[in-house]
Amino acid sequence: MNLSRRHFLVLAPAAAIAWKAVLAGTPDQAANYKLSDHWWGMLIDVPKCIGCGNCVRACATENDVPDGYFRTWVERYHVNDENMTNPEVISPDGGKEGFPVAAEDAGKYFFVPKMCNHCADSPCTQVCPVGATFVSPDGVVLVDPKYCLGCAYCVQACPYGCRYIHPEKKTADKCTLCYHRITKGLTTACCENCPTGARQLVDLKNPKDPIHEFLKTHPVQVLKPQMATGAKAYYNGLDGSVR
Amino acid sequence: MNAFKDAGHLFRFAGLFVLAFIIFLVVRGYVVPKSFGQYGHYRGNAITDIAAHPAKFAGHEACETCHSDVADAKNKGKHAHVNCEACHGALAKHAEDPASVTPAKLDTAILCARCHTASAAKPKGFPQVNPADHSNGVPCETCHQPHNPAIADAGGAK
Repeated sequence: MNLSRRHFLVLAPAAAIAWKAVLAGTPDQAANYKLSDHWWGMLIDVPKCIGCGNCVRACATENDVPDGYFRTWVERYHVNDENMTNPEVISPDGGKEGFPVAAEDAGKYFFVPKMCNHCADSPCTQVCPVGATFVSPDGVVLVDPKYCLGCAYCVQACPYGCRYIHPEKKTADKCTLCYHRITKGLTTACCENCPTGARQLVDLKNPKDPIHEFLKTHPVQVLKPQMATGAKAYYNGLDGSVR
Repeated sequence: MNAFKDAGHLFRFAGLFVLAFIIFLVVRGYVVPKSFGQYGHYRGNAITDIAAHPAKFAGHEACETCHSDVADAKNKGKHAHVNCEACHGALAKHAEDPASVTPAKLDTAILCARCHTASAAKPKGFPQVNPADHSNGVPCETCHQPHNPAIADAGGAK
């Protein structure tokens, strides 16, 4: 064999790089759904929520959410006239079985459904050390359970408390915005089962989506705007005491 | 070539280093999934994996393909915007194979009360009653047809 050491040193890495390119091949493509055509979010109409807990139950059923863990939950605020800055907040079992009857009392009551805000500049995805969580090209924050180590860094990073470590899988788990439904043309389980239309799935890239008209005509805000997370769960009629 | 005199041990070490690098590239080629980096620093096929989960709620469009009579009755009343599975539960299996799974009979005493029990916390315009006082134990569906609950309109509803 006449291959000199010098030639070997040049050719071997080149061959390795070429082989790597061959191994890479072309990635699999999703069928009938174009990622670039969508930018998903959620509209939550606070004055319409009656605190029935249908969304929490539907989410648990649809996504096999273990007992005591929540991908979505409902909080009941009681803001007292004399103590506006310290609202009393309850969420018994995430509001799954509804709420205790509130007697007529001083102050105001309202329900606030909470869920992953599917932030465009999501703090949870930025801290993942292994590339297991990400914002998909259509704007949904997802977890890859095959890559997740369960380090829970993302659970700490989420300013909205929307993540948990799944007690059996030991990986981070969260709202997927029913990704398996919305990519098939269905709405999310929580929206499908909301009896008053307090929750609506929105596609901000769809010019026909009524969200565009709604955002123009209503005072809408996101949770914790000061954190600049690019949250895409838009709350209509949200009280200033909500955190 | 005087510069390389007595440098054989260095070349051997360099060769070892290059070999280790090649082995690293080859192993990396096998271990890192093909779709990693397709859209960003994550496995692109995770998206298709998550999208492949089966749905458990069929969606009201699926219900309406067979039960259009119920949908028509419901759409005339106040419950027009309440989707089927909000009361009847997750029935994708029934939608796929109607004979295999039949929806359970519902208990209006629980279902109606879940939304309509009076509470100061609920929006003022939402119809609310105190179930004990309101019907004295008479089941809700005696007067209100769930698909079209207003008593005056109940004639054609199921």
